Amino acid sequence: MSELTGLYALWLREFKVFQREKSRIVSSLVQPLLWLVIFGTGLGSSIEGISGTSYTSFIYPGILAMTVLFGSLFFGLYIIFDRRVDFLKEVLVAPLSRTTIFFGKVMGGATDGIIEIAMLMVLGALFFSIRFSILSAIATVLIILLLMVSILSVGLIIGSVMTSPEGFGLISSFVIFPLFFLSGALFPVQNLPSWLYVFVVINPVTYAVDALRTVILGIGSFGLPLDFAVMTAFAVAMVLIGTQAFKRMKV
Amino acid sequence: MAVIETRNLTKRFGKLTAVSRLNLRVSEGEIFGLLGPNGAGKTTTLSMLATLIPPSDGSANVGGFDVKRDPSKVRHSIGFVFQDPSSDDLLTGRENLYLHALMYGVDMRNINEKMDDVLKLVDLTSRQHERVRNYSGGMRRRLELARGLLHEPKILFLDEPTLGLDPQTRQHLWTYIKKLSTEKKVTIIITTHYMEEADMLCDRLAIIDHGRVVALDAPDRLKKKLGGDVIKLQVKRPNVAALKKLGYVKHVQREDGTLMLTVSEANKHLQEILKRVGEVENVEMRSPTLNDVFLHYTGSEIRDQEGEGGFFERMMNSNR
Repeated sequence: MSELTGLYALWLREFKVFQREKSRIVSSLVQPLLWLVIFGTGLGSSIEGISGTSYTSFIYPGILAMTVLFGSLFFGLYIIFDRRVDFLKEVLVAPLSRTTIFFGKVMGGATDGIIEIAMLMVLGALFFSIRFSILSAIATVLIILLLMVSILSVGLIIGSVMTSPEGFGLISSFVIFPLFFLSGALFPVQNLPSWLYVFVVINPVTYAVDALRTVILGIGSFGLPLDFAVMTAFAVAMVLIGTQAFKRMKV
Repeated sequence: MAVIETRNLTKRFGKLTAVSRLNLRVSEGEIFGLLGPNGAGKTTTLSMLATLIPPSDGSANVGGFDVKRDPSKVRHSIGFVFQDPSSDDLLTGRENLYLHALMYGVDMRNINEKMDDVLKLVDLTSRQHERVRNYSGGMRRRLELARGLLHEPKILFLDEPTLGLDPQTRQHLWTYIKKLSTEKKVTIIITTHYMEEADMLCDRLAIIDHGRVVALDAPDRLKKKLGGDVIKLQVKRPNVAALKKLGYVKHVQREDGTLMLTVSEANKHLQEILKRVGEVENVEMRSPTLNDVFLHYTGSEIRDQEGEGGFFERMMNSNR
């Protein structure tokens, strides 16, 4: 019981901070919109659509995944700042299990992320001619949640061992961008040369993009069963490693 | 009844022994001080008692539970105010308290009254809805204190609670701490390197140096134990040997041109001392202070702390 109220407390903290940091919400929407409007229109105007959809529509699911990648990974990394103001100490000292603390963080981050994604879905429907049915909207949110839990865990794992924010740039270059570019978010994966294809298929984010594209646009390469299997395995693995990393984290 | 009892409590960091075979007993409702220079092992001791770090050796019983076997039960019965503020500065004071209550499993039925109570106790009622970001250092400390009390701990650990605060705020905090011990019967363990603080607050205190307890008693009795008054002399070429022959000179300590003597019935013997010691430039005589006690046992004047914390903190920082 006390673990549950503790979980609620940790979630509440994240949610309150999220509500206050309005600028964070706005800036989290700007980047995906720039990709859609400028990159999508720019490149889209010199290529004919892909698989019967406009280029902007084609990358829309990929941009959703990208928003999760950046938002969730950095959310996890932010525990470094928690540590600096020592709020983390207050939490780590509380009579709560480290697993609870981990899930509190994940739930808080997922709540923030889902709100951002929901806004992007509305914007997509209004301005980028993306058509959601109730079913496809629910499926989209489910896929996003699964991806979010994985990426939040990755961020928290890195954040729990990282000691200063100086490494943030490194994480962007060596984790986020490779995961993003190799996910097929911006191009179809079928016609790639085999050396590149290898990297794409071992990237778990690829399957999230594929699942999103299947659900939203009806075009996909691997099929939903495989997509979900890979994503679930990835999420479970990251959560397990994450809870262990939190147990080892020093006060 | 002992609320805290340690047996040969020891903490080693690699080759360094930060706390060495510590044996302490603290009774219910007592304000117990840990006094020592930087790196003496105060914070490390506190951290072990509060289950923040595991002991390397020995055992400690806090509030009836063993810190090694039942850390979670220990945590329920203690409150901890850190050296560095640990409240969330994006949230308001009251929100910080509310989250703390949730995390510590406080009975939420009359949580609002409880929060009102502790806020009033530390004088933050009028600022409770402001974000902690806008609080001054003293207000943050008071908020931490309020938070530490919210779950009604039997034992409260205060790690350098007045470090870096202005004298007025410090005085305020002392009043609160006293009030806690008398009104709420909370047992308080406090680390400090401020002599007056230890003198004012503590029922008993342990002077710690190099991880060992070198003296343990009530402040007044520690002073009495020195066995006399203190005479401070500035002498160019002091004749220490002659002084040591005098029976009433209990202790001689020399630091450059300054001699610190502990002398019984000093007013009676001052003349004789002045006659024998050599060419005296300056004399000062007074009753012993806690600082003299400290000097007597540690052989060094307490070094001023720059707010960066004690040994434990530096260990943690060097790992960062």
